[in-house]
Amino acid sequence: MINFPALLQAANPQLPPAGDGVFVIFTLIKLVIVFSIYMVSAALLTLAERKISAWIQGRHGPNRVGGRGGWLQPAADGVKSFMKEETYPAAAYKPIFILAPVLAFIPAMTTIAVIPFGAPLPTRWGLIPMIVADLPVGFLFVLAISSLGVYGIVLAGWSSNNKYALLGGLRSSAQMISYEISMGMSTIPVLLLAGNVTLSTIVTQQAYGGWNVVNLTIAFFIFLVAAFAETNRLPFDLPEAESELVAGYHTEYSAMKFSLFPISEYCNMVTASALMVTLFFGGWDVPFTGRDNIGPFSGWLTLLSIVIFLLKTAFFLFFYIWVRWTLPRFRYDQLMSLGWRFMLPLSLAYIVIIATAVLILDSAGIHRGAMYSSILGVLNMALVVIVFAILDRGRIISPAYGRARADQIAKLRAASARSPLSAGAID
Amino acid sequence: MAIGVKVLDRPIEDVSYIRATLKGMGLTLKHLFQEKVTVQYPEQKWGISPRWRGTHRMLTTETGKAKCVACGLCPTVCPANCIKLVPGEDEQGNRYPLVFEIDEFRCIFCGYCQEVCPEEAIHVGRHYENSEYSRAGFVYDLERLTSQTHPVCEMWDPEDPKGE
Repeated sequence: MINFPALLQAANPQLPPAGDGVFVIFTLIKLVIVFSIYMVSAALLTLAERKISAWIQGRHGPNRVGGRGGWLQPAADGVKSFMKEETYPAAAYKPIFILAPVLAFIPAMTTIAVIPFGAPLPTRWGLIPMIVADLPVGFLFVLAISSLGVYGIVLAGWSSNNKYALLGGLRSSAQMISYEISMGMSTIPVLLLAGNVTLSTIVTQQAYGGWNVVNLTIAFFIFLVAAFAETNRLPFDLPEAESELVAGYHTEYSAMKFSLFPISEYCNMVTASALMVTLFFGGWDVPFTGRDNIGPFSGWLTLLSIVIFLLKTAFFLFFYIWVRWTLPRFRYDQLMSLGWRFMLPLSLAYIVIIATAVLILDSAGIHRGAMYSSILGVLNMALVVIVFAILDRGRIISPAYGRARADQIAKLRAASARSPLSAGAID
Repeated sequence: MAIGVKVLDRPIEDVSYIRATLKGMGLTLKHLFQEKVTVQYPEQKWGISPRWRGTHRMLTTETGKAKCVACGLCPTVCPANCIKLVPGEDEQGNRYPLVFEIDEFRCIFCGYCQEVCPEEAIHVGRHYENSEYSRAGFVYDLERLTSQTHPVCEMWDPEDPKGE
Protein backbone atom coordinates (compact mmCIF):
# COMPACT_ATOMS: atom_id res chain seq x y z
CA MET A 1 0.00 0.00 0.00
CA ILE A 2 1.40 3.35 -1.05
CA ASN A 3 1.38 6.05 1.59
CA PHE A 4 -0.18 8.93 -0.40
CA PRO A 5 0.05 11.68 2.25
CA ALA A 6 3.72 10.95 2.85
CA LEU A 7 4.42 10.97 -0.89
CA LEU A 8 2.58 14.26 -1.38
CA GLN A 9 4.35 15.68 1.64
CA ALA A 10 7.69 14.69 0.17
CA ALA A 11 6.76 16.18 -3.21
CA ASN A 12 5.61 19.42 -1.65
CA PRO A 13 7.35 20.37 1.59
CA GLN A 14 5.11 23.43 2.01
CA LEU A 15 2.13 21.23 2.55
CA PRO A 16 1.09 21.10 6.18
CA PRO A 17 1.10 17.52 7.33
CA ALA A 18 -2.49 16.37 7.58
CA GLY A 19 -3.76 13.22 9.09
CA ASP A 20 -3.76 9.95 7.21
CA GLY A 21 -6.29 9.97 4.42
CA VAL A 22 -7.68 13.38 5.35
CA PHE A 23 -5.60 15.11 2.71
CA VAL A 24 -6.71 12.72 -0.01
CA ILE A 25 -10.36 12.89 0.98
CA PHE A 26 -10.47 16.66 1.21
CA THR A 27 -8.56 17.02 -2.06
CA LEU A 28 -11.10 14.82 -3.77
CA ILE A 29 -13.97 16.86 -2.31
CA LYS A 30 -12.33 20.13 -3.40
CA LEU A 31 -11.63 18.65 -6.81
CA VAL A 32 -15.27 17.74 -7.36
CA ILE A 33 -16.58 21.09 -6.11
CA VAL A 34 -14.07 23.21 -8.06
CA PHE A 35 -14.60 21.19 -11.21
CA SER A 36 -18.38 21.50 -10.95
CA ILE A 37 -18.31 25.24 -10.32
CA TYR A 38 -15.77 25.68 -13.09
CA MET A 39 -17.82 23.80 -15.67
CA VAL A 40 -21.08 25.44 -14.64
CA SER A 41 -19.52 28.89 -14.78
CA ALA A 42 -18.09 28.16 -18.23
CA ALA A 43 -21.56 27.15 -19.36
CA LEU A 44 -23.21 30.15 -17.80
CA LEU A 45 -20.59 32.37 -19.43
CA THR A 46 -21.93 31.45 -22.85
CA LEU A 47 -25.29 32.72 -21.67
CA ALA A 48 -23.73 35.79 -20.03
CA GLU A 49 -21.90 36.62 -23.23
CA ARG A 50 -25.06 36.49 -25.29
CA LYS A 51 -27.07 38.37 -22.68
CA ILE A 52 -24.55 41.16 -22.18
CA SER A 53 -23.95 41.56 -25.89
CA ALA A 54 -27.71 41.79 -26.36
CA TRP A 55 -28.08 44.38 -23.62
CA ILE A 56 -25.27 46.48 -25.04
CA GLN A 57 -27.04 46.39 -28.39
CA GLY A 58 -30.47 47.15 -26.91
CA ARG A 59 -31.84 43.62 -27.30
CA HIS A 60 -33.13 41.05 -24.80
CA GLY A 61 -30.86 38.12 -25.64
CA PRO A 62 -31.93 34.50 -25.28
CA ASN A 63 -35.07 34.44 -23.14
CA ARG A 64 -37.12 31.50 -24.37
CA VAL A 65 -35.52 28.48 -22.69
CA GLY A 66 -36.17 28.10 -18.97
CA GLY A 67 -38.33 31.11 -18.22
CA ARG A 68 -37.84 34.76 -19.08
CA GLY A 69 -34.16 34.73 -18.10
CA GLY A 70 -33.26 31.99 -20.56
CA TRP A 71 -31.35 30.17 -17.81
CA LEU A 72 -31.52 26.81 -19.52
CA GLN A 73 -30.01 28.09 -22.78
CA PRO A 74 -26.55 26.56 -22.03
CA ALA A 75 -28.22 23.18 -21.40
CA ALA A 76 -30.18 23.48 -24.63
CA ASP A 77 -26.98 24.39 -26.48
CA GLY A 78 -25.21 21.40 -24.95
CA VAL A 79 -27.99 19.01 -25.93
CA LYS A 80 -27.97 20.44 -29.43
CA SER A 81 -24.19 20.00 -29.70
CA PHE A 82 -24.45 16.36 -28.69
CA MET A 83 -27.29 15.62 -31.10
CA LYS A 84 -25.69 17.18 -34.15
CA GLU A 85 -23.93 15.23 -36.85
CA GLU A 86 -20.17 14.89 -36.62
CA THR A 87 -18.64 15.74 -39.95
CA TYR A 88 -15.13 14.90 -41.05
CA PRO A 89 -13.63 16.69 -44.04
CA ALA A 90 -12.44 14.17 -46.62
CA ALA A 91 -8.90 15.57 -46.62
CA ALA A 92 -8.57 16.01 -42.87
CA TYR A 93 -5.95 14.05 -40.94
CA LYS A 94 -8.39 12.25 -38.72
CA PRO A 95 -6.37 11.26 -35.62
CA ILE A 96 -5.18 14.79 -35.00
CA PHE A 97 -8.49 16.25 -36.10
CA ILE A 98 -10.13 14.33 -33.27
CA LEU A 99 -7.31 14.91 -30.81
CA ALA A 100 -7.09 18.70 -31.28
CA PRO A 101 -10.25 19.71 -29.33
CA VAL A 102 -9.07 17.53 -26.45
CA LEU A 103 -5.66 19.19 -26.56
CA ALA A 104 -7.32 22.60 -26.40
CA PHE A 105 -9.64 21.54 -23.60
CA ILE A 106 -7.32 19.82 -21.14
CA PRO A 107 -4.82 22.65 -20.54
CA ALA A 108 -7.73 25.03 -20.12
CA MET A 109 -9.15 22.80 -17.41
CA THR A 110 -5.89 22.08 -15.63
CA THR A 111 -4.64 25.53 -14.65
CA ILE A 112 -7.45 26.34 -12.21
CA ALA A 113 -5.99 23.69 -9.86
CA VAL A 114 -3.21 25.92 -8.53
CA ILE A 115 -5.29 29.02 -7.86
CA PRO A 116 -6.22 29.55 -4.19
CA PHE A 117 -9.86 30.46 -3.89
CA GLY A 118 -10.43 30.99 -0.18
CA ALA A 119 -9.04 31.32 3.30
CA PRO A 120 -7.94 28.00 4.83
CA LEU A 121 -10.75 26.10 6.48
CA PRO A 122 -10.08 24.95 10.04
CA THR A 123 -11.46 21.49 10.70
CA ARG A 124 -10.97 19.06 13.54
CA TRP A 125 -8.48 17.21 11.30
CA GLY A 126 -6.30 20.28 10.71
CA LEU A 127 -6.19 23.33 8.47
CA ILE A 128 -7.51 22.61 4.96
CA PRO A 129 -6.08 25.02 2.34
CA MET A 130 -8.74 26.19 -0.12
CA ILE A 131 -6.72 25.27 -3.18
CA VAL A 132 -6.83 22.07 -5.17
CA ALA A 133 -3.07 21.65 -5.50
CA ASP A 134 -0.71 24.02 -3.72
CA LEU A 135 2.23 23.32 -6.03
CA PRO A 136 5.61 24.73 -5.02
CA VAL A 137 6.13 25.89 -8.64
CA GLY A 138 2.78 27.71 -8.45
CA PHE A 139 2.60 30.38 -11.08
CA LEU A 140 5.20 28.74 -13.33
CA PHE A 141 2.81 25.80 -13.67
CA VAL A 142 0.11 28.16 -14.94
CA LEU A 143 2.47 29.67 -17.52
CA ALA A 144 3.67 26.25 -18.64
CA ILE A 145 0.24 24.67 -18.99
CA SER A 146 -1.58 27.64 -20.48
CA SER A 147 0.98 27.87 -23.27
CA LEU A 148 0.15 24.26 -24.16
CA GLY A 149 -3.32 25.39 -25.19
CA VAL A 150 -1.89 26.69 -28.45
CA TYR A 151 -1.23 23.12 -29.59
CA GLY A 152 -4.93 22.36 -29.72
CA ILE A 153 -5.58 25.37 -31.90
CA VAL A 154 -2.61 24.92 -34.23
CA LEU A 155 -3.25 21.21 -34.69
CA ALA A 156 -6.94 21.86 -35.28
CA GLY A 157 -6.02 24.35 -37.97
CA TRP A 158 -3.45 22.10 -39.58
CA SER A 159 -5.36 18.83 -39.49
CA SER A 160 -8.51 20.38 -40.99
CA ASN A 161 -6.67 20.73 -44.30
CA ASN A 162 -8.44 24.01 -44.93
CA LYS A 163 -6.63 27.20 -45.83
CA TYR A 164 -8.66 29.38 -43.50
CA ALA A 165 -8.27 26.97 -40.62
CA LEU A 166 -4.52 26.77 -41.25
CA LEU A 167 -4.20 30.56 -41.34
CA GLY A 168 -6.18 30.78 -38.12
CA GLY A 169 -3.92 28.24 -36.45
CA LEU A 170 -0.79 30.03 -37.65
CA ARG A 171 -2.02 33.38 -36.43
CA SER A 172 -2.92 31.85 -33.12
CA SER A 173 0.52 30.38 -32.63
CA ALA A 174 2.25 33.64 -33.52
CA GLN A 175 -0.06 35.61 -31.27
CA MET A 176 0.17 33.28 -28.31
CA ILE A 177 3.95 33.04 -28.46
CA SER A 178 4.29 36.83 -28.71
CA TYR A 179 2.04 37.56 -25.79
CA GLU A 180 3.17 34.64 -23.66
CA ILE A 181 6.48 36.49 -23.23
CA SER A 182 4.93 39.75 -22.12
CA MET A 183 2.58 37.84 -19.85
CA GLY A 184 5.42 36.04 -18.13
CA MET A 185 7.55 39.18 -17.92
CA SER A 186 4.72 41.27 -16.50
CA THR A 187 4.36 38.93 -13.54
CA ILE A 188 8.03 39.07 -12.55
CA PRO A 189 7.53 42.32 -10.55
CA VAL A 190 4.73 40.55 -8.68
CA LEU A 191 7.04 37.63 -7.92
CA LEU A 192 9.77 40.09 -6.87
CA LEU A 193 7.47 41.63 -4.28
CA ALA A 194 6.13 38.31 -3.07
CA GLY A 195 9.52 36.62 -3.07
CA ASN A 196 7.89 33.36 -4.05
CA VAL A 197 6.09 31.78 -6.99
CA THR A 198 3.32 30.01 -5.11
CA LEU A 199 0.05 31.80 -5.62
CA SER A 200 -0.95 31.44 -1.97
CA THR A 201 2.19 33.37 -0.95
CA ILE A 202 1.33 36.07 -3.48
CA VAL A 203 -2.14 36.38 -1.96
CA THR A 204 -0.74 36.59 1.56
CA GLN A 205 1.80 39.22 0.51
CA GLN A 206 -0.96 41.35 -1.02
CA ALA A 207 -3.08 40.99 2.10
CA TYR A 208 -0.28 42.63 4.08
CA GLY A 209 1.35 44.94 1.53
CA GLY A 210 -1.64 46.19 -0.41
CA TRP A 211 -3.03 44.86 -3.64
CA ASN A 212 -0.55 44.68 -6.47
CA VAL A 213 -2.81 46.64 -8.80
CA VAL A 214 -2.13 49.69 -6.63
CA ASN A 215 1.63 49.24 -6.63
CA LEU A 216 2.19 47.55 -9.98
CA THR A 217 -0.43 49.08 -12.26
CA ILE A 218 1.72 48.80 -15.39
CA ALA A 219 2.34 45.12 -14.77
CA PHE A 220 -1.39 44.66 -14.34
CA PHE A 221 -2.06 46.52 -17.57
CA ILE A 222 0.40 44.37 -19.51
CA PHE A 223 -0.97 41.21 -17.94
CA LEU A 224 -4.51 42.24 -18.77
CA VAL A 225 -3.74 42.87 -22.42
CA ALA A 226 -1.67 39.69 -22.69
CA ALA A 227 -4.45 37.70 -21.03
CA PHE A 228 -6.89 38.94 -23.65
CA ALA A 229 -4.47 37.86 -26.36
CA GLU A 230 -3.84 34.50 -24.69
CA THR A 231 -7.53 33.66 -24.55
CA ASN A 232 -8.08 34.71 -28.18
CA ARG A 233 -10.72 37.18 -27.17
CA LEU A 234 -11.52 40.40 -28.93
CA PRO A 235 -9.73 42.69 -29.68
CA PHE A 236 -7.23 39.86 -30.26
CA ASP A 237 -9.46 37.22 -31.84
CA LEU A 238 -7.44 37.02 -35.03
CA PRO A 239 -7.32 33.19 -35.02
CA GLU A 240 -11.07 33.05 -35.56
CA ALA A 241 -11.60 36.36 -37.31
CA GLU A 242 -14.99 35.70 -38.88
CA SER A 243 -14.82 38.36 -41.56
CA GLU A 244 -11.40 37.25 -42.81
CA LEU A 245 -11.06 33.53 -42.02
CA VAL A 246 -14.63 32.19 -42.03
CA ALA A 247 -14.29 30.82 -38.49
CA GLY A 248 -10.52 30.35 -38.29
CA TYR A 249 -9.16 27.17 -36.79
CA HIS A 250 -12.57 25.62 -36.08
CA THR A 251 -14.03 26.15 -39.57
CA GLU A 252 -14.25 22.42 -40.24
CA TYR A 253 -15.47 21.33 -36.82
CA SER A 254 -19.01 20.39 -35.96
CA ALA A 255 -21.11 19.16 -33.06
CA MET A 256 -19.41 18.57 -29.71
CA LYS A 257 -15.91 18.73 -31.15
CA PHE A 258 -16.68 22.29 -32.15
CA SER A 259 -18.26 23.03 -28.78
CA LEU A 260 -15.07 22.02 -26.99
CA PHE A 261 -13.27 25.01 -28.53
CA PRO A 262 -15.67 27.64 -27.17
CA ILE A 263 -15.80 25.77 -23.86
CA SER A 264 -12.03 25.81 -23.57
CA GLU A 265 -12.03 29.48 -24.50
CA TYR A 266 -14.46 30.20 -21.68
CA CYS A 267 -12.47 28.01 -19.29
CA ASN A 268 -9.37 30.00 -20.24
CA MET A 269 -11.29 33.18 -19.54
CA VAL A 270 -12.24 31.97 -16.08
CA THR A 271 -8.65 30.97 -15.37
CA ALA A 272 -7.26 34.25 -16.67
CA SER A 273 -9.76 36.21 -14.61
CA ALA A 274 -8.96 34.18 -11.52
CA LEU A 275 -5.25 34.75 -12.18
CA MET A 276 -5.71 38.51 -12.52
CA VAL A 277 -7.61 38.49 -9.25
CA THR A 278 -4.95 36.38 -7.56
CA LEU A 279 -1.92 38.23 -8.87
CA PHE A 280 -3.17 41.80 -8.75
CA PHE A 281 -6.40 42.07 -6.80
CA GLY A 282 -5.49 40.26 -3.63
CA GLY A 283 -6.98 36.88 -4.47
CA TRP A 284 -9.47 35.89 -1.80
CA ASP A 285 -8.39 38.78 0.41
CA VAL A 286 -11.46 40.58 1.76
CA PRO A 287 -11.05 44.22 0.74
CA PHE A 288 -10.83 47.09 3.28
CA THR A 289 -10.11 44.78 6.20
CA GLY A 290 -6.75 43.77 7.57
CA ARG A 291 -8.00 41.49 10.30
CA ASP A 292 -9.12 38.65 8.06
CA ASN A 293 -5.54 37.61 7.34
CA ILE A 294 -4.26 37.74 10.87
CA GLY A 295 -7.33 36.76 12.82
CA PRO A 296 -8.29 33.20 13.55
CA PHE A 297 -9.50 31.21 10.58
CA SER A 298 -13.09 30.14 10.73
CA GLY A 299 -15.70 28.59 8.50
CA TRP A 300 -17.42 31.94 8.03
CA LEU A 301 -14.19 33.61 6.96
CA THR A 302 -13.62 30.83 4.43
CA LEU A 303 -17.11 31.25 3.05
CA LEU A 304 -16.81 35.03 2.89
CA SER A 305 -13.41 34.86 1.19
CA ILE A 306 -14.71 32.39 -1.40
CA VAL A 307 -17.64 34.68 -2.16
CA ILE A 308 -15.28 37.65 -2.44
CA PHE A 309 -13.00 35.68 -4.75
CA LEU A 310 -15.94 34.66 -6.95
CA LEU A 311 -17.22 38.23 -7.09
CA LYS A 312 -13.83 39.58 -8.13
CA THR A 313 -13.51 36.87 -10.78
CA ALA A 314 -17.04 37.57 -12.01
CA PHE A 315 -16.13 41.22 -12.44
CA PHE A 316 -13.22 40.32 -14.70
CA LEU A 317 -15.38 37.92 -16.66
CA PHE A 318 -17.84 40.75 -17.19
CA PHE A 319 -14.91 42.94 -18.18
CA TYR A 320 -13.87 40.40 -20.81
CA ILE A 321 -17.34 40.42 -22.34
CA TRP A 322 -17.65 44.18 -22.02
CA VAL A 323 -14.39 44.73 -23.90
CA ARG A 324 -15.36 42.20 -26.54
CA TRP A 325 -18.48 44.14 -27.42
CA THR A 326 -16.67 47.47 -27.40
CA LEU A 327 -13.40 47.16 -29.28
CA PRO A 328 -12.89 46.20 -32.91
CA ARG A 329 -10.29 43.62 -33.87
CA PHE A 330 -6.67 44.65 -34.37
CA ARG A 331 -4.99 44.37 -37.68
CA TYR A 332 -2.33 41.66 -37.75
CA ASP A 333 0.62 44.09 -37.95
CA GLN A 334 -0.85 46.18 -35.15
CA LEU A 335 -1.11 43.07 -33.02
CA MET A 336 2.52 42.13 -33.60
CA SER A 337 3.74 45.68 -33.18
CA LEU A 338 1.87 46.05 -29.90
CA GLY A 339 3.22 42.77 -28.60
CA TRP A 340 6.85 43.04 -29.61
CA ARG A 341 7.53 46.74 -29.89
CA PHE A 342 5.53 48.06 -27.00
CA MET A 343 4.60 45.45 -24.42
CA LEU A 344 7.82 43.44 -24.37
CA PRO A 345 10.19 46.44 -23.94
CA LEU A 346 7.80 48.00 -21.46
CA SER A 347 7.61 44.87 -19.34
CA LEU A 348 11.40 44.45 -19.45
CA ALA A 349 11.96 48.06 -18.43
CA TYR A 350 9.39 47.66 -15.70
CA ILE A 351 11.20 44.64 -14.28
CA VAL A 352 14.40 46.68 -14.10
CA ILE A 353 12.65 49.60 -12.41
CA ILE A 354 10.82 47.48 -9.85
CA ALA A 355 13.88 45.33 -9.14
CA THR A 356 15.94 48.49 -8.57
CA ALA A 357 13.27 49.94 -6.32
CA VAL A 358 13.04 46.74 -4.30
CA LEU A 359 16.82 46.56 -4.00
CA ILE A 360 17.09 50.19 -2.88
CA LEU A 361 14.25 49.84 -0.38
CA ASP A 362 15.70 46.64 1.03
CA SER A 363 19.19 48.09 1.36
CA ALA A 364 17.71 51.21 2.97
CA GLY A 365 16.39 48.92 5.65
CA ILE A 366 12.70 49.56 4.97
CA HIS A 367 10.70 46.45 5.72
CA ARG A 368 7.59 45.28 3.92
CA GLY A 369 4.69 47.25 5.28
CA ALA A 370 2.81 50.52 4.97
CA MET A 371 5.95 52.63 4.29
CA TYR A 372 7.26 50.19 1.70
CA SER A 373 3.89 50.06 -0.08
CA SER A 374 3.40 53.81 -0.12
CA ILE A 375 6.85 54.40 -1.64
CA LEU A 376 6.06 51.84 -4.32
CA GLY A 377 2.67 53.46 -4.80
CA VAL A 378 4.21 56.89 -5.43
CA LEU A 379 6.70 55.36 -7.87
CA ASN A 380 3.80 53.60 -9.55
CA MET A 381 1.81 56.83 -9.94
CA ALA A 382 4.78 58.47 -11.66
CA LEU A 383 5.23 55.50 -14.00
CA VAL A 384 1.53 55.40 -14.88
CA VAL A 385 1.60 59.07 -15.80
CA ILE A 386 4.73 58.57 -17.88
CA VAL A 387 3.39 55.56 -19.77
CA PHE A 388 -0.17 56.63 -20.36
CA ALA A 389 0.32 60.36 -20.87
CA ILE A 390 3.69 60.56 -22.59
CA LEU A 391 4.26 57.25 -24.37
CA ASP A 392 0.66 56.96 -25.51
CA ARG A 393 0.92 59.34 -28.45
CA GLY A 394 -0.30 57.12 -31.20
CA ARG A 395 2.68 54.88 -30.53
CA ILE A 396 1.02 52.15 -28.50
CA ILE A 397 -0.97 50.93 -31.46
CA SER A 398 0.72 52.59 -34.36
CA PRO A 399 -1.83 53.90 -36.85
CA ALA A 400 -4.83 54.08 -34.57
CA TYR A 401 -5.79 57.65 -35.21
CA GLY A 402 -8.95 59.57 -34.66
CA ARG A 403 -10.42 61.80 -37.33
CA ALA A 404 -8.32 64.71 -38.50
CA ARG A 405 -9.66 68.12 -37.56
CA ALA A 406 -10.63 70.71 -40.18
CA ASP A 407 -7.49 72.83 -39.71
CA GLN A 408 -5.28 69.74 -39.99
CA ILE A 409 -6.95 68.78 -43.25
CA ALA A 410 -6.50 72.34 -44.51
CA LYS A 411 -2.80 72.11 -43.63
CA LEU A 412 -2.48 68.82 -45.52
CA ARG A 413 -4.31 70.26 -48.52
CA ALA A 414 -2.00 73.26 -48.58
CA ALA A 415 1.03 70.98 -48.40
CA SER A 416 -0.24 68.85 -51.25
CA ALA A 417 -1.03 71.91 -53.37
CA ARG A 418 2.61 73.02 -53.00
CA SER A 419 3.86 69.62 -54.07
CA PRO A 420 5.14 69.33 -57.65
CA LEU A 421 3.29 66.03 -57.99
CA SER A 422 -0.10 67.65 -57.64
CA ALA A 423 0.32 70.25 -60.40
CA GLY A 424 -2.90 69.63 -62.23
CA ALA A 425 -2.59 65.89 -61.76
CA ILE A 426 -5.14 65.46 -59.01
CA ASP A 427 -7.97 67.88 -59.74
CA MET B 1 7.38 55.39 -42.88
CA ALA B 2 7.63 55.76 -46.62
CA ILE B 3 9.48 58.71 -48.09
CA GLY B 4 7.40 61.82 -48.59
CA VAL B 5 4.46 60.77 -46.43
CA LYS B 6 3.25 63.67 -44.35
CA VAL B 7 2.73 62.81 -40.70
CA LEU B 8 0.60 65.18 -38.69
CA ASP B 9 1.67 65.94 -35.19
CA ARG B 10 -1.76 65.47 -33.75
CA PRO B 11 -2.73 66.24 -30.16
CA ILE B 12 -2.86 63.34 -27.75
CA GLU B 13 -6.62 63.35 -27.37
CA ASP B 14 -6.88 62.48 -31.06
CA VAL B 15 -4.33 59.70 -31.15
CA SER B 16 -4.51 58.00 -27.76
CA TYR B 17 -5.81 54.47 -28.12
CA ILE B 18 -6.30 54.17 -24.38
CA ARG B 19 -8.47 57.27 -24.14
CA ALA B 20 -10.51 56.15 -27.13
CA THR B 21 -10.93 52.73 -25.51
CA LEU B 22 -12.13 54.21 -22.24
CA LYS B 23 -14.55 56.44 -24.09
CA GLY B 24 -15.90 53.49 -26.04
CA MET B 25 -16.28 51.38 -22.93
CA GLY B 26 -18.18 54.19 -21.26
CA LEU B 27 -20.51 54.26 -24.23
CA THR B 28 -21.15 50.53 -24.20
CA LEU B 29 -21.71 50.63 -20.44
CA LYS B 30 -24.31 53.35 -20.97
CA HIS B 31 -25.96 51.24 -23.63
CA LEU B 32 -25.99 48.24 -21.30
CA PHE B 33 -28.75 49.88 -19.30
CA GLN B 34 -30.69 51.35 -22.17
CA GLU B 35 -34.27 50.41 -22.89
CA LYS B 36 -34.63 47.29 -25.03
CA VAL B 37 -35.93 47.89 -28.52
CA THR B 38 -36.79 44.29 -29.40
CA VAL B 39 -40.43 43.48 -30.14
CA GLN B 40 -41.09 39.97 -28.78
CA TYR B 41 -42.76 38.88 -31.99
CA PRO B 42 -45.23 36.07 -31.42
CA GLU B 43 -46.50 37.73 -28.24
CA GLN B 44 -46.16 41.34 -29.32
CA LYS B 45 -46.84 42.59 -32.81
CA TRP B 46 -46.14 45.83 -34.46
CA GLY B 47 -49.14 47.65 -35.83
CA ILE B 48 -49.17 47.77 -39.61
CA SER B 49 -50.07 50.71 -41.80
CA PRO B 50 -53.73 51.19 -42.75
CA ARG B 51 -52.49 51.14 -46.36
CA TRP B 52 -50.73 47.77 -45.96
CA ARG B 53 -51.43 45.56 -48.97
CA GLY B 54 -51.47 41.90 -47.95
CA THR B 55 -53.37 38.79 -49.01
CA HIS B 56 -56.77 39.35 -50.58
CA ARG B 57 -60.25 39.31 -49.18
CA MET B 58 -63.58 39.28 -51.01
CA LEU B 59 -66.32 41.25 -49.30
CA THR B 60 -69.82 39.80 -49.23
CA THR B 61 -73.38 41.14 -49.35
CA GLU B 62 -75.81 40.75 -46.44
CA THR B 63 -76.92 37.41 -47.86
CA GLY B 64 -73.40 36.09 -47.66
CA LYS B 65 -72.73 36.05 -51.36
CA ALA B 66 -69.64 37.62 -52.87
CA LYS B 67 -70.14 41.19 -54.01
CA CYS B 68 -68.30 40.38 -57.23
CA VAL B 69 -70.29 40.87 -60.46
CA ALA B 70 -67.68 39.19 -62.64
CA CYS B 71 -67.10 42.32 -64.70
CA GLY B 72 -63.59 41.16 -65.56
CA LEU B 73 -61.83 44.43 -64.71
CA CYS B 74 -59.49 42.98 -62.09
CA PRO B 75 -58.04 40.18 -64.26
CA THR B 76 -57.62 42.77 -66.98
CA VAL B 77 -55.79 45.30 -64.83
CA CYS B 78 -53.73 42.74 -62.93
CA PRO B 79 -50.08 43.24 -63.99
CA ALA B 80 -49.04 39.85 -62.64
CA ASN B 81 -51.91 38.03 -64.33
CA CYS B 82 -52.74 36.17 -61.13
CA ILE B 83 -56.55 36.41 -61.10
CA LYS B 84 -58.57 33.69 -62.81
CA LEU B 85 -62.20 34.64 -63.38
CA VAL B 86 -64.92 32.61 -65.11
CA PRO B 87 -68.15 34.63 -65.21
CA GLY B 88 -71.59 33.09 -64.83
CA GLU B 89 -75.14 34.43 -65.09
CA ASP B 90 -78.24 33.45 -63.09
CA GLU B 91 -81.94 33.44 -64.13
CA GLN B 92 -82.40 37.16 -63.42
CA GLY B 93 -79.44 37.98 -65.61
CA ASN B 94 -77.16 38.89 -62.69
CA ARG B 95 -73.54 38.10 -63.36
CA TYR B 96 -71.56 36.30 -60.70
CA PRO B 97 -68.18 34.54 -60.65
CA LEU B 98 -68.28 30.83 -61.31
CA VAL B 99 -64.58 30.59 -60.62
CA PHE B 100 -62.58 33.30 -58.89
CA GLU B 101 -59.05 32.31 -57.97
CA ILE B 102 -56.08 34.42 -56.96
CA ASP B 103 -52.61 32.89 -57.02
CA GLU B 104 -50.99 34.68 -54.07
CA PHE B 105 -47.55 33.55 -55.22
CA ARG B 106 -47.93 35.35 -58.54
CA CYS B 107 -49.54 38.39 -56.96
CA ILE B 108 -47.30 41.43 -56.54
CA PHE B 109 -49.71 43.13 -54.10
CA CYS B 110 -50.00 46.30 -56.14
CA GLY B 111 -53.63 46.80 -55.09
CA TYR B 112 -54.86 47.61 -58.63
CA CYS B 113 -57.66 45.03 -58.28
CA GLN B 114 -59.06 46.82 -55.27
CA GLU B 115 -58.69 50.18 -56.98
CA VAL B 116 -60.41 49.11 -60.17
CA CYS B 117 -63.28 47.12 -58.65
CA PRO B 118 -66.61 48.95 -59.27
CA GLU B 119 -68.43 46.97 -56.57
CA GLU B 120 -65.74 47.30 -53.89
CA ALA B 121 -65.72 43.53 -53.74
CA ILE B 122 -62.06 42.44 -53.97
CA HIS B 123 -59.67 43.99 -51.47
CA VAL B 124 -56.08 43.55 -50.45
CA GLY B 125 -55.90 42.91 -46.72
CA ARG B 126 -53.94 44.16 -43.73
CA HIS B 127 -52.46 40.79 -42.93
CA TYR B 128 -49.03 39.20 -43.19
CA GLU B 129 -48.92 35.76 -41.59
CA ASN B 130 -49.61 33.57 -44.62
CA SER B 131 -47.87 30.24 -44.13
CA GLU B 132 -49.30 27.17 -45.87
CA TYR B 133 -48.28 23.54 -46.05
CA SER B 134 -48.38 23.35 -49.85
CA ARG B 135 -47.92 25.57 -52.86
CA ALA B 136 -51.48 24.77 -53.90
CA GLY B 137 -52.62 26.31 -50.64
CA PHE B 138 -51.61 29.71 -51.94
CA VAL B 139 -54.19 29.64 -54.73
CA TYR B 140 -57.10 31.23 -52.89
CA ASP B 141 -60.50 30.30 -54.29
CA LEU B 142 -63.74 32.23 -53.84
CA GLU B 143 -64.69 30.41 -50.68
CA ARG B 144 -61.31 31.16 -49.09
CA LEU B 145 -61.43 34.78 -50.21
CA THR B 146 -64.90 35.37 -48.76
CA SER B 147 -64.19 33.59 -45.50
CA GLN B 148 -61.14 35.71 -44.61
CA THR B 149 -61.88 38.12 -41.80
CA HIS B 150 -58.79 40.31 -41.50
CA PRO B 151 -59.19 44.09 -42.02
CA VAL B 152 -58.86 45.38 -45.55
CA CYS B 153 -56.49 47.97 -46.93
CA GLU B 154 -57.53 51.60 -47.06
CA MET B 155 -56.41 52.82 -50.45
CA TRP B 156 -54.61 56.10 -50.79
CA ASP B 157 -57.05 58.91 -51.30
CA PRO B 158 -55.78 61.90 -53.33
CA GLU B 159 -58.30 64.14 -51.51
CA ASP B 160 -56.84 63.14 -48.17
CA PRO B 161 -53.20 62.28 -48.85
CA LYS B 162 -52.22 61.91 -45.19
CA GLY B 163 -55.11 59.61 -44.30
CA GLU B 164 -56.67 61.91 -41.70
